[in-house]
Formats: sequence, structure tokens, C-alpha cells
Amino acid sequence: MSSGQEQIRTTRKDDVEPVDAPVAAQAQTQVNTEAVDSILDDIDSVLESNAEEFVRNFVQKGGQ
Amino acid sequence: MKRIFGLETEYGIAFTQGEGRRLGPEEIARYLFRPVVEWGRSSNVFLPNGARLYLDVGSHPEYATAECDVLPDLLAQDAAGDAIMVDLLARAQAAMAADGVDGTAHLVKNNTDSAGNSYGSHENLLVRRSMDFTHLTSVLLPFLVTRQLMVGAGAVIPRAVATDLRPADSNRAAPHSPHTAPTDPGRDLVYGLSARSDVMWEGVSSATTRSRPIINARDEPHADAEKYRRLHVIVGDSSMTQTTTELKVGSAALVLDLIESGAPIRDLSLRNPIRDIRHVARDLTGRHVLELVSGERLTVLELLSIYLERARALVAAGDHSLGSDASAARVIDLWTRILAAVESGDFTGVDTELDWVIKRGLVQRYLQRSEAGLADPRIARLDFAFHDLTPGSGMLARLEAAGLAARVVPEDTVRAAVDAPPATTRAAIRGRFVRAAHAARRDFTVDWVHLRLNDQLQRAVVLKDPFAASNDSADALIAGLGEAPGAHSV
Repeated sequence: MSSGQEQIRTTRKDDVEPVDAPVAAQAQTQVNTEAVDSILDDIDSVLESNAEEFVRNFVQKGGQ
Repeated sequence: MKRIFGLETEYGIAFTQGEGRRLGPEEIARYLFRPVVEWGRSSNVFLPNGARLYLDVGSHPEYATAECDVLPDLLAQDAAGDAIMVDLLARAQAAMAADGVDGTAHLVKNNTDSAGNSYGSHENLLVRRSMDFTHLTSVLLPFLVTRQLMVGAGAVIPRAVATDLRPADSNRAAPHSPHTAPTDPGRDLVYGLSARSDVMWEGVSSATTRSRPIINARDEPHADAEKYRRLHVIVGDSSMTQTTTELKVGSAALVLDLIESGAPIRDLSLRNPIRDIRHVARDLTGRHVLELVSGERLTVLELLSIYLERARALVAAGDHSLGSDASAARVIDLWTRILAAVESGDFTGVDTELDWVIKRGLVQRYLQRSEAGLADPRIARLDFAFHDLTPGSGMLARLEAAGLAARVVPEDTVRAAVDAPPATTRAAIRGRFVRAAHAARRDFTVDWVHLRLNDQLQRAVVLKDPFAASNDSADALIAGLGEAPGAHSV
């Protein structure tokens, strides 16, 4: 097993934000989170409606 | 120093069902290639921009860029391939609607399907035949094993490395198998750098689908074989952002430049590259320790830093093959910034430029919002949407519009590359011939090296120098196209 595994945790953003992050960086992160949220909102219905069936049927043949 | 670059992309096909029956990839591929067959009477054609477009093994639409000798041209030609595919998809969708098909076809530039089948991207880099191939691959391999820390596509993969590394299992690797993952909440998954690593079974060999190597040694130079060899790298992921593509190909080319310029490089050969590539894929911290044949132990970050400093010196001296100092500077800059980001754990400096970092941001945020786990099919669907080129369904255009994904090539340059070949390589001749022969309604055959008119005279031109953008015999052949056609059969 490799050193330093990173697993994505379902903790809230507030918990993982470094306390001493510069204010500007925090502000930028906030803007980015809003932008990411907006994009996730756009495809939320797609992810919620048919994800399991879609994934089950997405089978190709292998390439090189 | 000059080099020829090419990128091959195998696209995936999917279908979102409406009320009617489900269409399989083969049926969608037939719709996709209907205009291609009408244009070129084959599902395997060379286009006026010099590229090859064809249906590959397993109904994968594949686009192989024309030969480029300047990295920005390669980015434009690669992006043109996506644009051509999206155009074919729109036509396929219209034809399907006309046939009463109820559903949406998707074209996806990704690397694995739900059953773990692997496909995606191949990089072609021309090297001099005079180079000792064993030395070349021994210097390049450790870099290719670790490059995924910079340019992996990002993938949800099993946490555990399969310890039983039998080649017989080589074609199956991803976690979202219909038989296991979505219904098995006990699967222990991680967000890793690349799913491709788990289907790599050798460092260098001539096998492809059965026992995939990192470097395919099949010796097809598509050029003067006495002078050149074509390095076929099949370990890489297809990239969505142009910045990732630029770093992926640019960094590999700079490492080749190091080797070909004869710079002394200490032996960084890995004791077990096939084991390492799997561990590297699961380590986002760059701290995994690599054991070298020499007995030395280096972290992934340390190894990539050694290559970076050598490449930086080469670029500073102007002694590189990327054909553009600006592009070389961008490669070194992003290479520096991603290693610094991994070192510090602060990715804000690279989070619009590298695929695995961008995708991780989306996955992390979705997990926070939804309470889903990594094995949730919605995560696999989100991963798919990141790679989806289908207008209206894919995420990249939205990410770009929101400033969350960077671009290198202006849109009008991409549009131009759909029609125009690179001006400075053999592709310029091929593109002119294809365009002119097609306009003259002549029966012709083209491959990477040959131009041939299929008339009574069977005139052919051999283009053995990929760096030559003009050829007198080809000019004569093209000039004669307006003359009375031969046994043309349309």
C-alpha cells in the first residue's frame, strides 16, 4: 500500500478549510464553490434520474 | 531539435434511452459514420486536414491527428478532432430522429467503460533511429509511470492494488462493473489519478489489447525507417482540458529531448514499474516511495522534480523540440506549479488546468452536497459527464464558461484546423491531395506515407519525410488531377 492515501471524505467544507488560509484565497474558493454548485445544479436532474441504468448500460469493447 | 507529434483518440459511445428501444454502440457508430462513408466511401478515411478518421476495433470512433511539428498545432488538430466528432454526432442525432429513434446519443472522450474496458489516448512521438531504443525506454519509463500525478484524468478506482498481477486479467479493471460496484456498498474505492494504470502489464512490448504495455514497441515509423522510429505511448489518458494535453505531450517530448540531446542522465529505472504504476495511481500526495534498480529510493515528487529540472535547463537553452518557446515555457510553468501544489496540498494554483484536479473538485463537492459515497452510480455518471462531448450534456463547455477550465487554443484556430492541415509537415501535402482529388471526383487511396490515384496509370507518390511540407512529385500528381479521369467508378 502506498504512503499517504487520500480518500475523499464527506465532511463539510468548513471542516477541511485550513484555518490560516489567506483571505483572498478563501474568497476565491467561495466564488469557485458557487460556480461549481451552479454547474452541479445544472446536471443534478441527469444524475438523479437515470444514473444507475445509464452506468449499467455504458459498455464498450476495449481498445488498444 | 525537431520532432513529429501525433495524438490518437478513441471515443466512447453511449445512449440515453427515451420511450423506445435502446441502441447499442454499433448502431450509433453506423449513424455517426454515415456522412463519412458518403463522403469517402469507407469508414476509414483521411480528411482534408490530414487526419485519419475511422471506426476502430470495438466500434470506437477514432481520430488520429495529422503529423504536427509544433505543439500548438497538435493541440489545435486534437481539438479539431473533437469538433469533427461533435458535428458527426449532431448529424447522427438528426438521422436517428428522422428514423423515429427516441433517445440521445452521447460521444465521450474518456478512458474506461462501466465494465472496466479500457481505451482512450495514444501518443506518437518520432525519435531518431540512431538512438539506442533500450536506453531511450529505460529513461522514459519511470517518467511515464509517474506522469499521471500531473496529467491523469482522475478516476474512481479500488483502493486495493491487485497483488496478483496476472496479465490474463488485463482487460478488466474499473470499479463500476455492473456485477459489483453500484450494488455493493462495501466496495472500498478511492479517487485516484488514472484508471489506465490498472490495465498496464508491461513496460515495453509489441502486444496491445491482450497485455498492454506502457510503450508499444511495434515498429511502424510511417517514415524513412532508416532514420526514424515512432514511439507509441499508450499509457496516457485522454485529456479534456487543452492545458492538460499540452503538459502531457510537452513533458514527454522534453524528456525525449533530454535523451536525444545526449545529456547525461543517471539511471532512474524502477525495480517494478508495473507495481509502482498502480500505487502511484492511488497516491494524490506524491509521497509514494519508488524503489530504483540502483537501490535508491525516491518519492514520486522527487522523481518528477529531477526530470523537471533537467527539462527546465533544456528549455532555458532553447534546445527543445516543441516548436514554440511560448508552449515550452507553459509546459515548464505548469509542471512546476503542479509539483508545488502536490507538495503543499494547496491546489488553488492549478485547479482550472489539470483534468484530475478539476474532476476531483466536482466529485468532492457532489459528495458534500449529496451524502453519496464514491460507489454511488451518480458519481460514475458525473465522471462520464465530465468527459461527455455531447452539446447540452457535457460539463466542459460550462466549466470553461464559468472560468473553471482553462483553454489554450482560440476557438477560431480550432475551427480552422477542422479544414486546414498543419502547414509545416507532410500533412500539408496529404491534405492538399485529399481535398483536390475529392473535388475532382477521382478514386484515390491515401495512407500516412502514400498518395495514390486508382486509375489505369496507378500513379503513386511516397512521402517518406514527415518534416517535408512540399514534394515535387506530389505537386505534379495534384496538378494533373484536372485532366481526364481514369477508371473512376462513381
